Amino acid sequence: MLALMLLLPFVVREPYFQHLLILVLLWVTIGTGWNLLAGYTGQVSFGAAGFFGVGAYTAGLLSHHLGISAWWGMALGGVVAMVVAFPFGAITFPLRGAYFALGSLALGEVMRHVATIWESLTEGMVGILIMQTFISKLPYYYIALALAVFSIVLVHQVTRSRLGYYFVSIREDQDAAASIGINTTKYKMISLCMHAFLTGMAGALYMNYMGFIDPHVVFSLHDISIMAILVAIVGGVGTLHGPAVGAFIMVALQEVFRTAGFGGLKALSDAMGGGFMTVVTKYVSQAHVLAFGILVVVVIMNLPNGIVGDWARIKRVFRRG
Amino acid sequence: MAILELHEVSKNFGGLRAVDRVSFTVDQGEIFGLIGPNGSGKTTTFNLISHVYPASAGKIVFQGRDITPLKTHQICALGVGRTFQVVKPLKRMTVLDNVIASAFLRHPSMKDARQQAEKWLDFCGLTPYAGHLARGLSIASRKRLEITRAMATEPKLLLLDETAAGLNPGELDEAIELILKIRKSGVTIVIVEHIMKVIMSISDRIHCINHGQTIAQGTPQEVARDPKVIEAYLGHGGGH
Repeated sequence: MLALMLLLPFVVREPYFQHLLILVLLWVTIGTGWNLLAGYTGQVSFGAAGFFGVGAYTAGLLSHHLGISAWWGMALGGVVAMVVAFPFGAITFPLRGAYFALGSLALGEVMRHVATIWESLTEGMVGILIMQTFISKLPYYYIALALAVFSIVLVHQVTRSRLGYYFVSIREDQDAAASIGINTTKYKMISLCMHAFLTGMAGALYMNYMGFIDPHVVFSLHDISIMAILVAIVGGVGTLHGPAVGAFIMVALQEVFRTAGFGGLKALSDAMGGGFMTVVTKYVSQAHVLAFGILVVVVIMNLPNGIVGDWARIKRVFRRG
Repeated sequence: MAILELHEVSKNFGGLRAVDRVSFTVDQGEIFGLIGPNGSGKTTTFNLISHVYPASAGKIVFQGRDITPLKTHQICALGVGRTFQVVKPLKRMTVLDNVIASAFLRHPSMKDARQQAEKWLDFCGLTPYAGHLARGLSIASRKRLEITRAMATEPKLLLLDETAAGLNPGELDEAIELILKIRKSGVTIVIVEHIMKVIMSISDRIHCINHGQTIAQGTPQEVARDPKVIEAYLGHGGGH
């Protein structure tokens, strides 16, 4: 699989598809980080955008204000995201149930407003523009691949260790976890920091790769925070490879809608002489959020453990079919 | 020698005083029974000892150390294990993994924890279920898993909350056997139990509470004869 991923850009030479692959890898990283916190530790977060944006802005601002290469920012992005995660966790983790989720929802929104209003630091709505280092997409592809592989290896190692057992114990029952000597607040914090670190790194890479960010893009609730959740849910919450599968599907789906079937619908409407199909095309290209919603409902109803978690079930259906 | 001391411990839930100035001392190596009618405050007392919530007043001392302000996980680390009345298995983990998670407390490496977990499964007779998911177990096995998990933290004092409830007579005898085996291994036990057969046959001393207050304490025979205990369980006798 890794060899395939290493060779893939030599097969897929079209820059557009290479771009999509880079996005998939970014989402593998973010989804895997979210899965560690929510899937393994049971702390559902709507705040991935908070850490993603902080990572992106760390890289962007270092370059913008101090002229330091945004690649240094990538190393630092994850760390700064953890620095944000720490007080956030300290405030929200003593709370139980939905309160952490609500707090995380607020985190992303608060960070977005800070980035919008604090113009002297962040340029506000104007956003941050930096020079990209590479013209070719290949270096970005391999860096994104390294980060994605790192995130999966990290989760793999964690789940086979004491840390992983503690995370899952907390997910299954916090009172029981405490009663066998687990400091639940401490281990939830560790899980949150790992999530923040991976997401922050992904954000910083995004800054490097895209060269432009603004508060609405990197602190977006539905394009980042919700997308992180969808990637994990569709692929399989609490499974090692689920987010990787989910990332591929979600990015592909998003792109199909954004481009209205890679321009297919547009061609169809032209062929039919406009009118009805033009309207359909217009709505389809705007309907990806709606489609995501429908997809999640379908997945939760039929494959509650995601595509990876319910793979045996999927195979059964097809064999019978 | 006292291993656990409760000094005038109280707990208020809003206007309700669930535990009212309860004091008792548990000696090293004994089985100490805590009884009382439904809602008398037994489980609440357990939850105060293991700090599921803080006591409103009073002091709890374990091995000469005041544990009243400590958190649940710290109390467990000091050597107080517990089971829950409403069992709390880690459902989507196997029985073995449940116990490994506990064994990590004293044995941080995966290899040691696994070895210890297998030892405790064997001790408690759960080895045949090691690979089963915890949610698929029968109630008797779940209760046993609670005990196994608590034992894997290698406690000096074990709090058993209604581990015999819901068991059939055969399972009941097995449960009693296990509890006696645990005591023999050197662990002091405080047990909350509704089934009189269990508590009367295994306890060295019994403490009876009603409406959160102590009403009697002594050997099983003394407590069983105490008019206040009989009244609490059966209501006012005669005279009407």
